[in-house]
Amino acid sequence: MSSHQQGKKQRSRADWILLFVGLVVGSAFGFWLTPTILYAEKAQPLQFNHKLHLEQVSDGCQSCHFLREDGSFNGIPSIQSCQECHEADSPMGEGANEAAFLKYVEANQPIPWLVYARQPDCVFFSHAAHTANAGFECAQCHGDHGETTKLRPYEYNRITGYSRDIWGKGPIGLSGPPHRMKMDDCAKCHSENGVNRACFVCHK
Amino acid sequence: MVIDLDKCTGCGACSVACMSENNVGVLHDETDKIRSITWLRVYQIDNGKSFPDTEVAFIPRPCMHCQGGKAGTPGQAFFQEDPLLDSEAHPPCVSVCPATATDYDEETGIVSQIPTRCIGCRYCVAACPYHARYFNWYDVPWPKGTPRALSPFVSPRMRGVVEKCTFCYQRYQRARNKALVDGSEVGEMDYQTACTEACPSGAITFGQLQNPEHKVHKLISSEHTFRLLEKLHTDPKVYYMSKREWVRKMADNYVTRHKKLAQAAAGGGH
Repeated sequence: MSSHQQGKKQRSRADWILLFVGLVVGSAFGFWLTPTILYAEKAQPLQFNHKLHLEQVSDGCQSCHFLREDGSFNGIPSIQSCQECHEADSPMGEGANEAAFLKYVEANQPIPWLVYARQPDCVFFSHAAHTANAGFECAQCHGDHGETTKLRPYEYNRITGYSRDIWGKGPIGLSGPPHRMKMDDCAKCHSENGVNRACFVCHK
Repeated sequence: MVIDLDKCTGCGACSVACMSENNVGVLHDETDKIRSITWLRVYQIDNGKSFPDTEVAFIPRPCMHCQGGKAGTPGQAFFQEDPLLDSEAHPPCVSVCPATATDYDEETGIVSQIPTRCIGCRYCVAACPYHARYFNWYDVPWPKGTPRALSPFVSPRMRGVVEKCTFCYQRYQRARNKALVDGSEVGEMDYQTACTEACPSGAITFGQLQNPEHKVHKLISSEHTFRLLEKLHTDPKVYYMSKREWVRKMADNYVTRHKKLAQAAAGGGH
């Protein structure tokens, strides 16, 4: 028997259990505890039923979220868009949410929505290039947001303050839309499709 | 970009427009010119003669957006092409950046600067022969309430990073967006820099140098056109015009000095 084999120890059952427990604790720390500590939640100022509104409007998502003539994107609709259908003195719904909403309508004040897809200030994103030019559907990046009946809580990184949607919910980017929107993700798609990858294409 | 130095009065409107457009702040002590930031700086030169023969010219100096040495010019170009790179361009600042915080866009020919990626080593500041790059020694002390008046199309910078003229790239981004929605092309007048629009004497002309329909294309073929420090083969995209010979000579005074040194070396022989 060589000295190499002499040094080899039989693994006991306790060793395997320890390994298993370690893996579970480690995974729990990485997949559950860290994101829980890192991200804080904020509720939207109001609840909003996208599904209900999508049934009422004629032009799909573009009815409220549209490209302006100058090429910029009307992401969050103005209160004037709401006022086209809603009047302060004639509520269409019931409850505290509707009452809170009508206060904004009456005061002609914008609703301070929290934007899930808000990018850092140094990023330039062109909806015109991705929809009008590349022909993307809204859902390709934003998922089934238009089919939801409730707004999910807005999660943001406690350190950076950026929305969690930028980082993505799936730990390795395997989950469905909304897809993570980090620089690597932009660069990957740009190089795959032969789009210009110069810095200023996406930065300002 | 073509700048007619015979039309330039040195008023500085271009500098002011540039600072306003690009969120360049005012520091505590703006007399400290080594540490203050001016993306487009106006230099004054004179012909060195005494009155009444004195003549003065002003040179507005944005970033030159150099293309750098190209393939086929080894030995001639100061900044040679790196055979390992795909890109043909080789601007002095881009080649020294260790963080890839600046690059050369082959499509537009514009040299970018991404302050959020910059690590503040200042190699590019040292490499730029035109002093067009500026380091943020301080955070800008924005007076209360003024950040609300900043342009949302340009991201403000922080202390510790380098910034420079971008040829108002945000204006190109907006013009391109509009063109995409219209289904048209970005026209000459759709994309003009802030300094071009601000110049009261119309000394600055902006457009695509390679597009025969643009005004700048015709202007650069004039015999009065020159560039700064052409000896270095940085291939800048900013051209200057002057009918005065002494101005044209001074713009490349490195050549004269170089020639003098060469002559001294050849004649001295001991």
